[in-house]
Amino acid sequence: MMQEHLIKVTNVSKSFAGVQALKNIDLTIKRGEIRCLAGENGCGKSTLIKIISGAHVPDEGDIEINGKHYKRLHPIEAIREGIQVIYQDFSIFPNLTAAENIALNSELAKNRRFVNWKRVKSIAKEAIRKIDVNIDLDAKVENLSVADKQLIAISRALLQNAKLIIMDEPTTALTQKEVNALFKVVKSLQQKGISILFVSHKLDEVFDLAEKITILRNGQNVIDGDTSQFDKEKFVYYMTGRKISESHYELQQESNQCLLKVEKLSQKGSFYDISFDLYSGEILGITGLLGSGRTELAMALFGLNPADSGRIYVEDRLTEIKTVQDAIKNRIAYVPEDRLTEGLFLQQSIGRNIIISTVEKLLNKYKLIDSEKMNIQINHWVKELNIATPSTHLPVQALSGGNQQRVVLAKWLATNPKILILNGPTVGVDIGSKTDIHQIIRELAQQGVGVIVISDDIPELLHNCNRILIMRKGRIVGEFGGKSITEKELAHQLSAT
Amino acid sequence: MKKILSTNEFLVALIIIVLSIIIGSKNSVFFTAGNLIDLLRSGIVMGIFAIGVLIVIVSGGIDVSFTAIASFCMYTTTKVLNYYDFQGSVLIAFVLAGAMGLILGLINATFISFFKLPTLIVTLGTASMYSGFLLAFVGVREISNLPAGMSKFAKMNILKVTSENGVVSSLHFSILILIAVVIITWLLLRYTMLGRGIYAIGGDRVAAERAGFNITAIQFFIYGFVGLLSGIAGIVHTTLMRNSNPVNLLGMELIVIAAVVLGGARITGGHGTVLGTLLGLFLVIIMNNSLILLGVPSYWQRLVIGILILIGTGATAYRTMRSSRQLHRNSVG
Repeated sequence: MMQEHLIKVTNVSKSFAGVQALKNIDLTIKRGEIRCLAGENGCGKSTLIKIISGAHVPDEGDIEINGKHYKRLHPIEAIREGIQVIYQDFSIFPNLTAAENIALNSELAKNRRFVNWKRVKSIAKEAIRKIDVNIDLDAKVENLSVADKQLIAISRALLQNAKLIIMDEPTTALTQKEVNALFKVVKSLQQKGISILFVSHKLDEVFDLAEKITILRNGQNVIDGDTSQFDKEKFVYYMTGRKISESHYELQQESNQCLLKVEKLSQKGSFYDISFDLYSGEILGITGLLGSGRTELAMALFGLNPADSGRIYVEDRLTEIKTVQDAIKNRIAYVPEDRLTEGLFLQQSIGRNIIISTVEKLLNKYKLIDSEKMNIQINHWVKELNIATPSTHLPVQALSGGNQQRVVLAKWLATNPKILILNGPTVGVDIGSKTDIHQIIRELAQQGVGVIVISDDIPELLHNCNRILIMRKGRIVGEFGGKSITEKELAHQLSAT
Repeated sequence: MKKILSTNEFLVALIIIVLSIIIGSKNSVFFTAGNLIDLLRSGIVMGIFAIGVLIVIVSGGIDVSFTAIASFCMYTTTKVLNYYDFQGSVLIAFVLAGAMGLILGLINATFISFFKLPTLIVTLGTASMYSGFLLAFVGVREISNLPAGMSKFAKMNILKVTSENGVVSSLHFSILILIAVVIITWLLLRYTMLGRGIYAIGGDRVAAERAGFNITAIQFFIYGFVGLLSGIAGIVHTTLMRNSNPVNLLGMELIVIAAVVLGGARITGGHGTVLGTLLGLFLVIIMNNSLILLGVPSYWQRLVIGILILIGTGATAYRTMRSSRQLHRNSVG
């Protein structure tokens, strides 16, 4: 007799070096259920996943899978019980073909010593047929899109006879279209009786997809319930432990100081005929699908990849921005899309990351760094932006996503910019930090900075921008006031062709 | 078809053909059987080394100790066999040198796997250690009277060509050893889980671990295998040279690594094929041996090989860059 529940975690606790990461967690997942696991960074989500998949041993508690009780679960036992984790990096091999990536793990699990390429191909074909998608199986994975890589990871998990698939923030790098396609796949898995544990803190996704929601906060299970019992406010409240109100950003007063004027800016293959103004105190949203030219435009404005033609006026002065130095001279700052590779020196300390762009101002008369000045500067920004860290000497990679983003912001705010370009300012940042970062952006705008926010997070744009430009295939196709358009309309505008 | 045209192997093959035609049109000696046999002969030792280096580079590592291992194995073996005045078959020399090489390779693997040290640092260190030990404790003087089995083996040719002016070129039996090594390695890399594991580690180590590959075991295999091949290459080298010199192989490692990289193996790991390696090697050998036929001074060879490496790796990098940009653009629609 099969139990109704696939996995039942009872009273599980885990601590690392005296820090309680999980405390008395209960979690039951039924067969064919889509469950959302939500919580801010550091709430214990990943520890819980690691316990379920056998990577960590709990200090106490019981894990029951398919009716079997485990005090400690080995990774290989978890796999045999049908538990599969799809990591954020998908854990795939960029140098191998799609077919081999799909088949390799299960062939390995079967203890095969030799490779039969025909079998590999047919296994892979069968696997992608199961989720009804189309991938070029002979292509090297490094040449495939993020969405395809994810589908490869999913079909690979299915091959291992998955009964529970854990997806760790699967939509972070996907466009809206790809997210929709993914949800279709997830729902078809559900029909096959496979349970999904979906880790996410994006509200819309969770409400769209999950039947049940489990929220963790500070290592404790704060609520467990049907999705229908939740609304946005309740969800955010349980996650953050505080009430967060959403309001629209409005211009304090119409300013007539034009900070940036762009005329007919073009870059072949990326964007064409871009014209817009940015006034002091404005938060201007620029949105579009991945590849619409939004990132290239931002990079052109910051001199990373200059435009081919067109004019840029900074404070009514015609200006050439050919290099990053030009941009900095004109007091333009740019917070890049991928803070890990473009925005931070991950192994360097928090303090050093904050001062890096202003280090010349911190020199003493011998042209050496004045450590007193430096510490004042570092402490100022840590306090100003509420960066939560025990020490500024820790490497930046030790911080959570939200705090890392604050460090990137601090680095640029230290240059005292007039124009601040933010590309995906809250990607991979939890809700609490997100609200804080939005608050920081608003305050900056109120101080007279012109802010450009590039994002595909629709609620973020609607609530924080007083104007939104929509880009499609390299051109601006529409302009809306932040209050004059609904989420639905904007989403529609974005994906229209 | 388009796929074949854009491979690295095709590019290298094309360069070889063009270069051969140029050299051949300037100096007709190039296309004679004698010259081709000489080219093959000079590629045997480097070929065995290159196959070992290929495996290491595919796994994302680098090994610069293989010439030191080869020198150690061949010189010690020669000395030991001479000491006992051994009259038996050359097989014993291969077994002895191979076993020594295996052990030295496993020492590399121990440092790399258990102490998690970077492969370049480990092999730089052990290379110096092995050759230092050899020179300090085993000997420094060249041995020119080889043990009986080895001298006999030195005369085993499978093909002999005499040119019009009476110069004899002979293809040594050890070409068969190279061919065997090539076939075994090709099968290993393509058709065994172990071989795919080597590619997997080079592609993404963490993912390989999660997939269930035993990284430690694979690394021990890789560096042990390289050691074994180096030992064998050492004996081949000695018999071809008809003497055993503890230092004259040292310094060859860079040109071998260059040949492998030229053949399309990426130094960052995960990419590289046996065919590409052989082509890369052949190109380097043609450069080494035949620029003289063109009247190019030998100093220029180093320069030309350096330029080739930059062009070769640059072309690969450029293609990768272009295809990733293409991908980006395709996602617009």
